Amino acid sequence: MGRLEGLQDWEVKANDLIKAYPDRKASLLPLLHLSQEFWGCINEDVIDLISKKLKLTPSYVYGVASFYTMYHFERKGKIHIRICTNVSCQIKGAEEILKKLEEKLGIKEGGVSEDGKISIEKVECLGACDRAPVVMVNDHYEGPVDLEWVEKIVSQ
Amino acid sequence: MMEPILTKFVSDPESYTLKGYLKNWGFEGLKKALKMKPEDIIEEVKASGLRGRGGAGFPTGLKWSFVPKDFPGPKYIVINADEGEPGTFKDKVIIEKEPFMLLEGIAIAALAIGAEDAFIYIRGEFVEGARVLGNAIKEAEEEGYLGKNYLNSGKNLYVRITRGAGAYICGEETGLIESLEGKRGHPRLRPPFPATKGFLGKPTVVNNVETLSCLPHIISKGAQWFSSIGSNPKNSGTKLFPVSGDVKKPGVYEAPLGIPLKQLIEDYAGGFDGKPRAIIPGGVSAPVLDERDFEIPMDFDSLLNAKSMLGSGAIIVLNEKRCLFRSALRIVSFFAEESCGQCSPCREGTRWLELIMERIREGEGREGDLELMKDIASGMIGTTICVLSDGCAMSLLSFIEKFEEEFKMHIGEGKCQNW
Ligand SMILES: Cc1cc2nc3c(=O)[nH]c(=O)nc-3n(C[C@H](O)[C@H](O)[C@H](O)COP(=O)(O)O)c2cc1C
Ligand code: SF4
Ligand code: FES
Repeated sequence: MGRLEGLQDWEVKANDLIKAYPDRKASLLPLLHLSQEFWGCINEDVIDLISKKLKLTPSYVYGVASFYTMYHFERKGKIHIRICTNVSCQIKGAEEILKKLEEKLGIKEGGVSEDGKISIEKVECLGACDRAPVVMVNDHYEGPVDLEWVEKIVSQ
Repeated sequence: MMEPILTKFVSDPESYTLKGYLKNWGFEGLKKALKMKPEDIIEEVKASGLRGRGGAGFPTGLKWSFVPKDFPGPKYIVINADEGEPGTFKDKVIIEKEPFMLLEGIAIAALAIGAEDAFIYIRGEFVEGARVLGNAIKEAEEEGYLGKNYLNSGKNLYVRITRGAGAYICGEETGLIESLEGKRGHPRLRPPFPATKGFLGKPTVVNNVETLSCLPHIISKGAQWFSSIGSNPKNSGTKLFPVSGDVKKPGVYEAPLGIPLKQLIEDYAGGFDGKPRAIIPGGVSAPVLDERDFEIPMDFDSLLNAKSMLGSGAIIVLNEKRCLFRSALRIVSFFAEESCGQCSPCREGTRWLELIMERIREGEGREGDLELMKDIASGMIGTTICVLSDGCAMSLLSFIEKFEEEFKMHIGEGKCQNW
């Protein structure tokens, strides 16, 4: 577990989170979020750490984490693009934008560019359909986006 | 156009601060509620006719009355801020612009059922919303509007935020509770209902953000005032309508329940963009409407009468240039992706429908496909733990029923020119 940098810091925050809930297990999702913020993904070391902290088995922690699409088991790109293709975005050209992104980056959705800089993920409705077609760049919403936007983000 | 209630001050740049909220609203509802008996709060909310804004439209006061009064031990309020129904983006407005209105509503609900602990479950992508809410809770606690002995009332209220992590099914109230408990978001069989056995097995009320945000106004201005707004006392108050798709000005608009659909689009959303052909009136789980229903009053009962539902109030307009088979397939794919997999009719049915429709898209439709789809969908209704399955089936059946020719054409020819 020596590879997890900033572990002490994590412990402090984790303890605060655990205290906030009437039941230890209820802090599992918050701890998964915290860990992903710290280390970029939920790898084996993280699963191990959380399971010890909450006195759960690693397979339980993995089983829960894998149910949720926002937890990643491998690092995403520095720029992680989530693109919505649900109805309101689809009719405004989201699939064409996704295709162009895939072409320009030479990767498929779900993948990470070779240099680790950009990743793309096709997602369901992002709750921002007034900005269709809408994407999230890391934690920020952008939209409506168009094919020109693809050129810009790819050249970054 | 009537003056909005919940969104009256959202363009005030200070609306999300305690200072702004005190200036604009001032916690009048909560102060009044603190002087009321819990059962009187429940009666007032019952009399207002308030129905849940999260999707099911269940009467809020009635739901609270199922919570056992003399339960020994904690009871919980859980706030549904998962906002995952495609087409929906209304709770976000309250969360980001009027977080104190939500907190005040939570406090009133907590008084009504006798809870000291509240948990807000907010969808994971709303990072900004979670930040604004977190700050609001902190500020309210520091200034004595929340926390121990808040407003010197002798009452306590502790509010925490849990972020979801990208699972639509966690918007379903028992899936949400499971998730909050640190589990996979698998909906629970009912009974028992959350009101008797919810979060950690304790009596729990789950309410939507918009529902709770109506409470300060109902308590401060009275049930009568609220029930006089809208179509009738069973469809009362205003509603936030998130409008997207083929309209000139997509956005969230607050209007009285019962406003005719076409008028809502024309007066608020800048009018239709192109000639409308199909409108989804309540998020993608709501059966689609065709032009015969474009004047329908947008309230719970009118939409039920038209074999659809108000759902979250999310309106998606599709104009005549859109391929409706494509939209229907996209909706089915959504449900296939989000089915939690517990029930076979849902897990298998959503996937099977998706496969058939993808085959049709590739030009390999077969005679009998329409009947096959109808048959599978019918078997998905009323047979599962939660209504995700029903939502998928009823949406598809409505598309087939109302736009049968278009489906037949696709079965014969695959993609159309509008794809
Ligand atoms: C599949 C599914 C998804 C749901 N998603 C949400 C949601 O994102 N937000 C919400 O408030 N209610 C959602 N609901 C409705 C909730 O189950 C529940 O009815 C609601 O939170 C109750 O609050 P209310 O009475 O204040 O509306 C969903 C229901 C189902 C079946
Ligand atoms: S109906 Fe579908 S989503 Fe609901 S519990 Fe069953 S499998 Fe899960
Ligand atoms: S459909 Fe794309 S954000 Fe809702």
